[in-house]
Amino acid sequence: MFAYYLELAVRSLRRNKVLTTLMVLALGLGIGACITTLTVLKLLSGDPLPQKSAQLFYPQVDPFPMDGYVAGGTKPQPTMTYTDAMNLLHARKATHQAAMAMTGAKIAPQRTNAHPFYSDGVMTTSDFFVMFDAPFQYGGGWTDGDDESRSRVVVIADFLNDKLFDGVNSVGKTLRINDHDFRIVGVLKHWAPQPRFYAQELGGRSYGDGDAVFLPLQSARAADMAAGNTSCFDVIKDLKNLETAPCNWLGVWVQLDSSAAVADYKAFLANYAQRQIALGRFHRPDTGLPDLMQWLRDEMVVPDDVRLQAGLAFGFLLICVINTVGLLLAKCLRRSQEIGVRRALGATRRTIFVQFMVEAGIVGLAGGVLGLVFAELGLLGIRHQPAEYASLAHLDLAMFAFTFVVAVAASLVAGLLPAWRACVLAPAPQLKAS
Amino acid sequence: MEIRPIFASLRKHRIPAILIVLEIALACAVLCNAVFMIGKRVGDIRVSNAIDERALSVIVLNGADPKLASSDIPRNLAALRSIAGVQSVGVTSTLPLTRNNWGWSFGLKPESLISDKGNLNVSLYFLGAGADQALGLQLLQGRFFNADEYADSSLGGSALPSTHVVIVTDSLATQLWPGKSPLGQVLYSKPNYYTIVGVVANVLRPQASIHSTQRSFAATFYPMQADSVLGYYVLRSAPQDRARVVREAEQKLGDINPAAVAKGQTFINIRDTYFADMSSMAWMLVLVCVVMLAVTAFGIVGLTSFWVAQRRRQIGIRRAVGATRGDILSYFRTENFLLTGMGVVLGMALAFGINIYLMQHYEMDRMPWYYLPASAVALWLLGQLAVLGPALRAAAVPPVVATRSV
Repeated sequence: MFAYYLELAVRSLRRNKVLTTLMVLALGLGIGACITTLTVLKLLSGDPLPQKSAQLFYPQVDPFPMDGYVAGGTKPQPTMTYTDAMNLLHARKATHQAAMAMTGAKIAPQRTNAHPFYSDGVMTTSDFFVMFDAPFQYGGGWTDGDDESRSRVVVIADFLNDKLFDGVNSVGKTLRINDHDFRIVGVLKHWAPQPRFYAQELGGRSYGDGDAVFLPLQSARAADMAAGNTSCFDVIKDLKNLETAPCNWLGVWVQLDSSAAVADYKAFLANYAQRQIALGRFHRPDTGLPDLMQWLRDEMVVPDDVRLQAGLAFGFLLICVINTVGLLLAKCLRRSQEIGVRRALGATRRTIFVQFMVEAGIVGLAGGVLGLVFAELGLLGIRHQPAEYASLAHLDLAMFAFTFVVAVAASLVAGLLPAWRACVLAPAPQLKAS
Repeated sequence: MEIRPIFASLRKHRIPAILIVLEIALACAVLCNAVFMIGKRVGDIRVSNAIDERALSVIVLNGADPKLASSDIPRNLAALRSIAGVQSVGVTSTLPLTRNNWGWSFGLKPESLISDKGNLNVSLYFLGAGADQALGLQLLQGRFFNADEYADSSLGGSALPSTHVVIVTDSLATQLWPGKSPLGQVLYSKPNYYTIVGVVANVLRPQASIHSTQRSFAATFYPMQADSVLGYYVLRSAPQDRARVVREAEQKLGDINPAAVAKGQTFINIRDTYFADMSSMAWMLVLVCVVMLAVTAFGIVGLTSFWVAQRRRQIGIRRAVGATRGDILSYFRTENFLLTGMGVVLGMALAFGINIYLMQHYEMDRMPWYYLPASAVALWLLGQLAVLGPALRAAAVPPVVATRSV
C-alpha cells in the first residue's frame, strides 16, 4: 500500500514541477541555514573536556579594596595574584591543582638563517597535564621538583615538534625561548580543547589550534616572560616583578572528585578569605568555585552574534515551513475532485490522510538533501571567515542525521494541515462540482 | 474599488489567507530587526578615528633586548626614514584597534587612587618623539609635547610614565570638564599626576567599545623617551606606496634586529581585521534578508497562482457581465494589499516584541520607530510585485471561459 502512495505522491509532485521546486527549495534553504548556524553554535558551546569537565573547578577570591563593593552583588575577581595562587597551590586541598598564565613565547629555530617567531605559550605548574588529561606523544610533564628548582624545561605541542624537528622524538633537545635555553621533556599529541577554557581572562584566544609551548611558571618568569593580561588594584612600584605587585594575572584550576570534596573546598576558600581579611590583605569576603561549564557560561564564551544568527535561522526556517504549508495546501485543494473520486470509490479518510502525508514526507526528504548541500555550502563560507573558530566548522554525523530528522519533521508538520483538509472533504459535492 | 466582495472571498479561503498573513508578519518582524542590526554594525565599522589612517603603515617589533632600547630605537627610526617614499616615522607603545590595551583609571582629585570607584578608565598611548606627526594627530587646543618632555619621560618598570604632561582627546575633555577649558586641568592617580597641555581630535582606543562611542574615544597620550615599551613603528607615505613601504620596512627592521620579530601591515589592514567579524555578520544578515524576501515573494506567487487557477470560472463570469481587465487586475492587487496590510500590522507588533526581547537578553539598543513603517512599505511593495504575475494571468482570462465547463 505504501508503495502505491509513494507512486501517487511522485506523480502528483511531477504534475506541478514549479510548485514542487519552490517547496523543496524553500525548505532546503531554511534547513540549510538552521544546520549551518546550529553547527557553529554547537561547536562554540561544546564541552572542551567531556570526560573531565565535571571534576574541574575554578576558584576565585577578591583582593580588591572595599571601594565599589556591593555585598552579595559583586562577583569575585576572575584572576588571582601570585601570592593567592601560590597559597592555594601549596595548601594541596584538591586532588590536583595548577596555576597558569598565558604568554607570547619567542622561539628561535636552531637552523641558520631562520627568523625567530612568536607562538602562544602557557606558564603553568606541574599538575597541568595530568589534571587536564593532556596526552603525550613522547616524554611527559615536569615534576613539582622542577617547579621549585626553576628548571629550564618545556613541553611542546605536536605542531611545533613537526615544524622544528620534523615530528621525530625531540625529548632531551634544547629549544631557545625568549633568548634562554629550555630542555624539552615532553611532546604532546594533538591537544586543543575548544573553547580553550583555561585561557579565559588570561589574554589568550578562545578557539583555535591550541598552545605551542608549556613552561614551568617560575622558570618562565625568571626568563622575563610576561603575562598576557594583568589587572592591578593598587599603586605599582615595579611592574616587572609581578610576583610582588598588587596585580591579578593568574588563573588557578583544581580537580575535585566528589561533591563532598567540592563542599570542603568551598569551606576552605571562604575560610581562606576570612584569614586574609584578618591579615589585612583582603577586604571583600566573597569567593567563587564554578565548575568548568559554569565558568564558560559566566564568561559568555559564545559570541552574541552566533546566538543571534541561530535565532535568525530558526525564524527563517519557520517562514519556509509556513510557505511550504501554503503551497501544499494550494496543491491539495486543487485536487479536491481527485480526492472526491477516491473517497467515492471507497478510500477511507485514513488512506487519504496517509497519502498526503507521504507526499509531504517526500518533499521533506528532498528538502533535507538540498538542505545538506546548502549547509555544506554555508559551512564552507564560514571556514573562509576571519573568525578564530572558522577552521573548526565541519558538519558532523550527529548534525547530518539531525538534518534529516528536522527536514522530515518540518515537512510532516507542514503536511498536517493540508492532509487533514483533504481527508475531511465530503466526496459528494466535489463530484457534483464537475 | 469595492472591497466587500474581497472580504467575502477571503472568508471562504480562510486558511490560505491566514498563511499569507503569517508569512508576511514573520518576514516583516525578521526584516525590521535584521536591517536594524545591519545598520548598527555598519555604523560601528565606519566609526571615525582622527589619525591619518590611509597614509599609515605599521611595523610591530617584538622581542628586542629591552636593555638596548635607548640605542636601538633611534637606529631603527633612522633606518626606516631612509626608505624611499617615507615622509615621516615615529614609534608608539600601541595603536588604535590593535587590541593591545594599556589601561588605567584616573581621578580628578589629588588623593585619587587607581582603585577609586568614581575614576574614569582610559587607554594610554606612549609616543616617541615625532610620533604625533607621523600619526597625523589633529591638535584642537594647546600644544604637542616639546623635546625636553620627550627626553625626560621614562617608565622604569612602573605602569605610569614619569612625565607630568598629557594630551587627551576632545571627547574625553568634554566628558571630564564640560563647559570648561581642559588646558591646565590635572588627571591624578596617586602618586602620579598629569597636566593637560593639549587636546586632539577623537582617536579610538586599542579596543573600541561597540556600545558607547564616548568610551571608545577615552584615550590619553604621553611623551616617552626611547624605551622598550615602544614597539609600534609608524611610517607615513603616499597611499600608493604603502605596500612597498610595509615590505621594505619589515625586511629592514628584521635584518637589523635579528633576535627580534618584525611584523608589518598597513593601518587599514589593522582596521579591517578588527571589524572583520562584524562585517561578516552584516553580510550574513544581508544574505538572510534577501533570501527570506525571495522565499516570501515566491510563496505569494504560488498561493495567488493557485487562487487564480481555482477561480478561472468566476473571473470569466465577471468578465462576461462587464468587468474590464483592469477591474480583475485591481481585484487581486487590492486583495494582496489587504492581506499584506494585516501581515505588516502583526509583523510590526512582532518586530517590536523581538526588539524588546533582544534588548533584555543581548546588548541591543531600542529600534528607532521608523524602521517599522519602512519595512512595512518594503513588504507592501514586495507583495504588489509578487502578485503582479498571477494577477495579469487572471486579467487575461477571456470571458468565454464562463460558458465552458471546467
